[in-house]
Amino acid sequence: MRWAEIGIVLLRVVLVFALLLGATIINVWAERKIVADMQSRIGPKRAGPWGILQTVADGLKLFFKESVTPRKAELATFMLAPFLAVIPAFLIFMMVPFGAPFTIGGEEVILQGADLNIGLLFILAMSSMAVYAVVLAGWSSGSKYPLIGGVRATAQAISYEAAMGLAMVAVVMFTATQGEGGTLSLAEIVARQDGTWAGFIPRWNAFPQIVAFVIFMIAIVAETNRAPFDLVEAEQEIVGGFHTEYSGMRFAMFFLAEYVNIFSMSAIAATLFLGGWNGPTWEGTVPALVSAILPTIWFLLKTYLIVFIFFWLRATVPRLRYDQLMSLGWKRLIPAALAWIVVSSVAIGVRQFGVPWGG
Amino acid sequence: MGVITEFLKGLRVTGGTMLRTVTGREMVTTEYPKEKRQKPQRFHGRHVLNRYPDGMEKCIGCELCAGACPADCIYVRGMDNDPESPISPGERYGYVYEINMLRCIFCGLCVEACPTEAITMTHLFEMSTTNRQDAIYTREELLMDRSGNVPHMFADDGMVDREELATADGWLRATAPSGETAYQGVTMWQGTPGPAAWDPEPSQDEIDARTETSDG
Repeated sequence: MRWAEIGIVLLRVVLVFALLLGATIINVWAERKIVADMQSRIGPKRAGPWGILQTVADGLKLFFKESVTPRKAELATFMLAPFLAVIPAFLIFMMVPFGAPFTIGGEEVILQGADLNIGLLFILAMSSMAVYAVVLAGWSSGSKYPLIGGVRATAQAISYEAAMGLAMVAVVMFTATQGEGGTLSLAEIVARQDGTWAGFIPRWNAFPQIVAFVIFMIAIVAETNRAPFDLVEAEQEIVGGFHTEYSGMRFAMFFLAEYVNIFSMSAIAATLFLGGWNGPTWEGTVPALVSAILPTIWFLLKTYLIVFIFFWLRATVPRLRYDQLMSLGWKRLIPAALAWIVVSSVAIGVRQFGVPWGG
Repeated sequence: MGVITEFLKGLRVTGGTMLRTVTGREMVTTEYPKEKRQKPQRFHGRHVLNRYPDGMEKCIGCELCAGACPADCIYVRGMDNDPESPISPGERYGYVYEINMLRCIFCGLCVEACPTEAITMTHLFEMSTTNRQDAIYTREELLMDRSGNVPHMFADDGMVDREELATADGWLRATAPSGETAYQGVTMWQGTPGPAAWDPEPSQDEIDARTETSDG
């Protein structure tokens, strides 16, 4: 491996890290602002212009706070859990291509943490890992409410990960018909959504796979433990859920993980269903730099559209009861996802091989 | 399906509110120290000791306010007026007058009890202090000067709104008439140069007429 390649890899990792941290700073502020707007309030406005530095101020405050450890906590697990929450959250985003690849000084640079050929599987694996953090944090706190939160997290994550995975299966099946063979690489999935149908409909998976898109959206909201599926931390019932006993920087890491997860999951939804960084670049009519940056801007726009839906849901929908959550997951989403897989595989089969009774 | 329509309805409510807030058509928050809301007319704020227009103090040191006070926060000691240069038109005047604002519950019973309308309330409510001594208001803080200005402990503070101190609480306006309709719309008490110089309360007929039209 040449030094230039190592440098580019390191640069990519740092870029992803910086992007996620920056996005978290914006997201926390944006959530508070948007929810405030939806409730006719003002929201944070004192720290920096329009209060945009509010997250920095909050983070600094948490940084200087004492990290309290409960007497009955399992110390090793208790300290490990916040890291277990943050690391998968960052790793998930490593798979997401956030801009078109370009060539600089003879080196090809892909704007993506790493282009694994099993990217989608890796995402599923990492989002399952993130659940361990919640469960372990809840258990190791040595206190009742965190334990309840942790137990809820287990059940919720298992239920909704199934629906999320099945929605992804439909997308993967459809993607296989869009090019040469099947693929789990996100870069390839994005590349196959390039272009348009009938000249004006972008070839996004969201249109043919609309049911999978809706199921995926519901599942990622549940997967990131956001309202209306935030039973894991339901303030009104179980104080703070799994992070009740956490304070200071350890709490900040859970907080960071939650917002990084929102952003990553939105980015994955945008990548799988909304064509990722695909979009008009007007190459030749605008300066080269602009058309090089435009794909990233399209990607961020699509991601933030979905992030906005997260915030919108939070300001609108009350929390589900636990049995409602379970019945929605097992009795509605999973059967719907399975039925959709059948429907779309039949449609794909008919398009490839014709109707069985045909000639 | 009903659930989905209800869900979309909810999204429309929050989305619509957001659009109205962003375009500045709806906002429930007032940025308090910067912009203050108009307080209700009968708001019970800080007390003030009034003077007659000729500069005489209205307080006659009768201690009825101290007796009426349910929180026991008023301390009054009267002293005989010097006949040569009286301080109040009565026999005695309020030589010591203290209100402990930490105990005061702002019920306004002292205002009701006062026979000469010496003590009234204003619209000022910002009275935080950094020590307990400062919360005990004495004659110096309570008594208006001869031109009707009410002193304030932190007069130079940007937060202090002197206008509020000069606004009389409307209790007397509403209750002073002896109950006879003949006195409606008549100011019963002699005006003072400052806070107590109020407009007469409108008669009940006027109020009724106004509410009827506004009710449509």
